[in-house]
Amino acid sequence: MMANKHLHELTKGIFKENPTFIIMLGMCPTLGVTTQVVNALGMSAGVLFVLLCSNVMISLLKNVIPDSVRIPAYVVVIASFVTIVEMVMHAFVPSVYKALGVYLPLIVVNCIILGRAEAFANKNTVLDSALDAIGMSIGFTLALTLIALIREVFGAGTITLIPIGDWDGVVSIPGLRTWPVRIMTLAAGALLLMGYLKAFFGWYSEKKQKRG
Amino acid sequence: MSYIAILITYIFISNFILVQFLGLCPFIGVSKSSESALGMGMAVTFVTSIASVVCWCAYQFILVPLSLTYLQTITFILVIAALVQLVEMIIRKISPPLYNALGIFLPLITTNCAVLGIAIINITEGYNLLESFFAGLAAGLGFTLAIVLMSNIRERLDMYPVRRAFKGVPIAFISAGLMALAFMAFDKSLLTNLHLV
Repeated sequence: MMANKHLHELTKGIFKENPTFIIMLGMCPTLGVTTQVVNALGMSAGVLFVLLCSNVMISLLKNVIPDSVRIPAYVVVIASFVTIVEMVMHAFVPSVYKALGVYLPLIVVNCIILGRAEAFANKNTVLDSALDAIGMSIGFTLALTLIALIREVFGAGTITLIPIGDWDGVVSIPGLRTWPVRIMTLAAGALLLMGYLKAFFGWYSEKKQKRG
Repeated sequence: MSYIAILITYIFISNFILVQFLGLCPFIGVSKSSESALGMGMAVTFVTSIASVVCWCAYQFILVPLSLTYLQTITFILVIAALVQLVEMIIRKISPPLYNALGIFLPLITTNCAVLGIAIINITEGYNLLESFFAGLAAGLGFTLAIVLMSNIRERLDMYPVRRAFKGVPIAFISAGLMALAFMAFDKSLLTNLHLV
């Protein structure tokens, strides 16, 4: 029973309460950075680190922080971890740091992180909070990667991954490379795609509910 | 860049919502009626203008002399949170009608990406104090323009049949996408054609 509950905290973020498609939190980075797969992965790594650390920290401090100043306290905790991520990325993956630009410090105001702190970490145990953070981050990563894959494959005809050794990390898709659907990489394409994906996931979860 | 060029840039060319996706949560969340959309837009404009100036001062006069610029993110978010609280208290005291119009939106603004976004953009673009103020003002006006247009579209959409899966948020995103397509007509060449750069 206990193990089941922990497993539920971990898996609920992946599909049932997917932060991007179902609860619709943290939209700004989702659409802003998904022009290339590598940026989506970089963003997800940043969110994973910040969400995990802040959830654990807030869960540890939940009895110490007075209720009336809890939001500013959460924001300070989150901002500290975001600063760490910024400095690490600046030092080790400068190209991703540059591509993420203003969206990297904006992790501070990403609704997913503050939302989980407020809705989950301040009333649950450290273990559950950590599992919740990991699950939510996986859900976020999957959503971001899916959007980035669609946008990059159709919009540029490439899949940009991390360069390893001699390989520059770019997979090109014949046909689409020469005649890309340029709108997908533009802002308008991101909004349109998000609308269609949201409609699809809404339709799918409704169908599943009816059947189950 | 001249001040008019900054205004045009942030209202049209790189509109905060439709081009940069900053402030998308309130854009989808508060755009159901045109009245609340206008209230939200005005509240955001108010805060982005003031926050731009205050954050610029905090950066140039406190962080740079002490060489603590890596604390930028923490400082800005704290300044914005305190500022929003202060603005809320002042408005409540001096103008109850304005407070009634903007009051409920103000607490939401602390976590609006647009406010922190413009504060950071002002620093990375190297604007001076007055340019920062205009950038903040223009970002807020661009936000207001987009959210008011959006709320009008959504009010109309309520009267038309929309497939069930697309009802609500999905159709809002698609409308926003079409609006973004229209905004692509504004690009950098607009500034050159108007002889602003």
